[in-house]
Amino acid sequence: MIREITLGQYYPADSVLHRLDPRVKLFGTLLYVISLFLFQSFTGYIVATVFLASLIAISHVPVKFMFRGLKAIFILLIFTAVLNMFLTPGRELVSFWKITITIEGLRFAAFMILRLTYLITGSSIMTLTTTPSNLTDGLEKSMRWMNILKVPVHEIAMMMSIALTFIPVLLEETDRIIKAQQARGADFESGNLIHRIRALVPILVPLFVSAFRRANDLALAMESRCYRGGEGRTKMRPLRYERRDIIAYLVLALYIACIITVGILF
Amino acid sequence: MSILVNHLDHIYNPGTVFEVKALSDVSFSVDEGEYIGLVGHTGSGKSTLAAHLNGLMKPTGGGIYYNGVDIASEGYNLKELRGHIGLVFQYPEHQLFEEDVFTDVCFGPKNLGLSRTEVEMRAYDALKAVGIDDDHFYVSPFDLSGGEKRRVAIAGVLAMKPEVLILDEPCAGLDPAGRDEILAVADELHDSLGITIILISHSMDDLARHVKRILVMNDGKLVMDGTAREVFSHREELEAMGLAVPEVTAVLADLKKAGIPVRDDLITVEEAAKEILRVFGR
Ligand SMILES: Nc1ncnc2c1ncn2[C@@H]1O[C@H](COP(=O)(O)OP(=O)(O)OP(=O)(O)O)[C@@H](O)[C@H]1O
Ligand SMILES: [Mg+2]
Repeated sequence: MIREITLGQYYPADSVLHRLDPRVKLFGTLLYVISLFLFQSFTGYIVATVFLASLIAISHVPVKFMFRGLKAIFILLIFTAVLNMFLTPGRELVSFWKITITIEGLRFAAFMILRLTYLITGSSIMTLTTTPSNLTDGLEKSMRWMNILKVPVHEIAMMMSIALTFIPVLLEETDRIIKAQQARGADFESGNLIHRIRALVPILVPLFVSAFRRANDLALAMESRCYRGGEGRTKMRPLRYERRDIIAYLVLALYIACIITVGILF
Repeated sequence: MSILVNHLDHIYNPGTVFEVKALSDVSFSVDEGEYIGLVGHTGSGKSTLAAHLNGLMKPTGGGIYYNGVDIASEGYNLKELRGHIGLVFQYPEHQLFEEDVFTDVCFGPKNLGLSRTEVEMRAYDALKAVGIDDDHFYVSPFDLSGGEKRRVAIAGVLAMKPEVLILDEPCAGLDPAGRDEILAVADELHDSLGITIILISHSMDDLARHVKRILVMNDGKLVMDGTAREVFSHREELEAMGLAVPEVTAVLADLKKAGIPVRDDLITVEEAAKEILRVFGR
């Protein structure tokens, strides 16, 4: 059950998107997110939809996985949409009591939902097709210029990569602890709120203990293998652009050009 | 008391790339008072099977019947089941959470809704049964040694007074003395209290010495089910699965191959020693 959580999850498959250099995907995702805010028109959404749909099609990841991320922000989506619907001034569509729904509001709300949906889905494509270690590699390399500003880029990337690899491990551990306590008759489903919160203690304490133990073990293991930060450290598989990455950049440029044109014309 | 496992299947994450067939078509039954060993290579599905027997997972096919009732049926009281079938997880010490040992052991019986005196009496008996002294009752479970933690965790399940106790690799990571202590506790529970025991283990020598019947799992299937002596007579098959026979059984078989007329169906050190002495005429 707890494995249903797919935050930042990687889906192993064999596709062009999986093989792309992570820097392309990071940069692409950034541009894509920005592009969603460059147009106001319906035509713009057609371009974005075509782009997104083709990405999903070539990613070889089941569509069901793409939209799982949306479940988590479903409430947020509805909330923003409703607020926008009621609070945008404009021509009146219907009105009852003190609430007025305007045509502009409705249009704005619909676009808002679409925009957020596209945003989440687009970023899920990146995390679903890139392993955590690849992702942090890409981040580290594209952010290296920040070293000049004394930002510890390598350390940040290392922390991210450890955090990402620990998410599934800790989820699994949580699952196991829940089962172990259930085997001792623990009940997490019934009772009032206070009762349920107290029922979490038998899960949280062992979970924290285990997280600290793991962190400690990991630190020792890293130290015993002479880890001492990023200085002078080389990569086993250094990132290098291939032909497909250049093509991907071109496709990306084409998409952005289309969006900008649409944004200006319509 | 009877448990019937009927054509049990379990698939993890069905329909995705993460799909794993952990159990396929497993059938066997357990009678009251048995002492059963469960072996298999890592990842063969032993822990998955144990979790099913405790009602912690829903089978994706087949079923489990406890005293003739399907435990996956609608409205079945799983909490009560878990009071009857106790499951001690692999590395059970990782589930300790209370401030002191005694309170932690009380957690299980308290969940069964028993009176306070009953809960405390059971906790006391369980801690005594696993050999924890009174002066350890009120220390933090996190301050104990690995072996002591393990015993406290086992007591936590014992305190629920199960009729069946499933121990998932209770000896992993313990020194020989710690291992013998845990197994002695299991023997004691079986012999004097008549508790049915299912012992998951990777040590053939331990199994040969303690259990009567052995179930062998391979890649999610139950491939052998028989007395310890029967199972250990299939040396080649076991070795092909990445398992082995007890060391003395292998020694006897090799002696026989070298032309010394010993019996090779003996599984414990004591039996083997007697046999070798007999052959050499002492
Ligand atoms: N929560 C889970 N999700 C997906 N697959 C799992 C999960 N738990 C176990 N598996 C897989 O199911 C199979 C059986 O696992 P199980 O833990 O039952 O094996 P085991 O016989 O207990 O092994 P070991 O001797 O190492 O404890 C393995 O292939 C394992 O990778
Ligand atoms: Mg196991």
